[in-house]
Amino acid sequence: MAPEITLNIRKTFVDRATIAVQLRLPLDPPSVTILFGPSGSGKTTILRCLAGLEQPEAGTILCNGQIWFDAATHVHVPPQARGLGYMAQDYALFPNYTVEGNIAYGLSGLSVQGKKARVNEVLSLLQITQLAQQKPAQLSGGQQQRVALARAIARRPQLLLLDEPLSALDAPTRTKLCEDLRMLLTRLAIPAVVVTHDWTEALALGDQMAVIDEGRLLQTGTPQDVFSRPINADVARVVGIETVLHGRVREIRDELATVQVGPVPVIAVASPGLESDVFVCIRAEDVTLELAGSSETSARNHLRGTVQAITSLGALVRVTIDCGFLLTALVTRSAQSELRLAIGSDVRAAFKAGSVHLIPRR
Amino acid sequence: MNWMAIWVTCKLATLTSLTLLIIGLPIAYWLTYSKWRWKFLIESIVALPLVLPPTVLGFYILISIGPHSPIGRFYTDLVGHPLPFSFQGLLLASILYSLPFAVQPFATAFEQVDRKLIEASWTLGLSKLKTFYRLILPLSTAGLITGVVLSFAHTLGEFGVVLMVGGNIEGITRTVSIEIYDEVQALNYAAAAKTSALLLLVSYTVLLLVYAMNRRVWSVWPQK
Repeated sequence: MAPEITLNIRKTFVDRATIAVQLRLPLDPPSVTILFGPSGSGKTTILRCLAGLEQPEAGTILCNGQIWFDAATHVHVPPQARGLGYMAQDYALFPNYTVEGNIAYGLSGLSVQGKKARVNEVLSLLQITQLAQQKPAQLSGGQQQRVALARAIARRPQLLLLDEPLSALDAPTRTKLCEDLRMLLTRLAIPAVVVTHDWTEALALGDQMAVIDEGRLLQTGTPQDVFSRPINADVARVVGIETVLHGRVREIRDELATVQVGPVPVIAVASPGLESDVFVCIRAEDVTLELAGSSETSARNHLRGTVQAITSLGALVRVTIDCGFLLTALVTRSAQSELRLAIGSDVRAAFKAGSVHLIPRR
Repeated sequence: MNWMAIWVTCKLATLTSLTLLIIGLPIAYWLTYSKWRWKFLIESIVALPLVLPPTVLGFYILISIGPHSPIGRFYTDLVGHPLPFSFQGLLLASILYSLPFAVQPFATAFEQVDRKLIEASWTLGLSKLKTFYRLILPLSTAGLITGVVLSFAHTLGEFGVVLMVGGNIEGITRTVSIEIYDEVQALNYAAAAKTSALLLLVSYTVLLLVYAMNRRVWSVWPQK
């Protein structure tokens, strides 16, 4: 049996939806699993059950064949014995210890020199050596996040659990630390479960992804698959973004990047530090459909294509267009009838360069 | 001024507050973290001395440690003299009487330690006991000092319980508050005034310390 965590749990709440989830997390080779969902969906509770901080009412959690939790036989391995690195959303650094003290806190069974060596090792890995003697209250949000990560990995855990690791940060810091976190996870080669509600983080960090909503598991797959091919309207609503494609940055001029997606060049606003391999993400509601041959607009991208599929979503219609790649647009029902959209009809899709999100690929 | 009464009082108050520091911590820990549904029964018992007349408390303690009770007989067999009207009996009564003054500040301090910090400690592999003395206790210092100081000050001023359980034995159980009462009974107002002023001064100073510390008027230890 391949090393993996299998989780099959049920937990009820008075004020929100019951959590009933079956999930398998492969541990070898080490990979990053994203638990994705809106706030209140139950993803944090699932992570806390994995950490042993909460107990489901029914079900089992197995890690590498070892029983972590079994409601039927009342087995509950406490968090202390699970060998985890857990990072809470607001980092939970100990205010009475220095950065060094926080990191050394969980290092038991090591000599004084051994502890010191390990602390210095993770301090330099996270590039926070200069903060060693500071108290958490003196640190910025980004620095606190690094210290919390350093503390979580110091004990060489067999599994990392990160609860919204970037959500407490401001946007520029988040982009930077998201890249750092991706490199760190790759370098550490520890399997990780990351809870997030941010699709850019999911794409940047995840090897596989599980979409959770109202306590149910809706879809699993690679992030790109889940985002670009949601299996139903519920998933589409939760993930919110429907066109995710591989692209190669061809040139950057005047802060606009030309990205080659299949045979088609797409113009996007270039973010600093852009790599050549990217995910190109376009939200369906940002795509406008027009009849071929109409006048110029401010949108930088105009792509001719044919309608491949039309799905009704109440007042809105989801239209999939083949314009060299598959692009999804969300238009109103009245727009559909005015444009006389039907499968096979020719149409032009337009979207602004600012609506194209480029995410560096792992 | 009766220095003997002051010595007895200080000895009693010190031993009481130190004992409460030892036995109050596990009680406060249990009261804070237990999920037992009937916990409020114990909470109410701990808080009883706050509202019960000291004479009532003293009466029950006297009965329960007296020569007719199993505890009283056991103690007499063990030590050779009965508990009531001894310093040890008085100490036991003081501990029970001041219990809420130690346990409640301890419990309040424990409650204020963020649950997330405790959970972080658990996931870092520290047992509940280690988490208690490496994380919860250091974060509760102000509450611990408050509890110790309040139970000390409260013992300084006790009267009813001392009279019921300790009696009025010079050098053994006669405390400052009893001394004042005796002086007034003997119409010796000058002596009563001196001793009262001393007690007032000590109590006020002690409370000043507690409140100033909780407001962090001066930084005795590094800011959080």
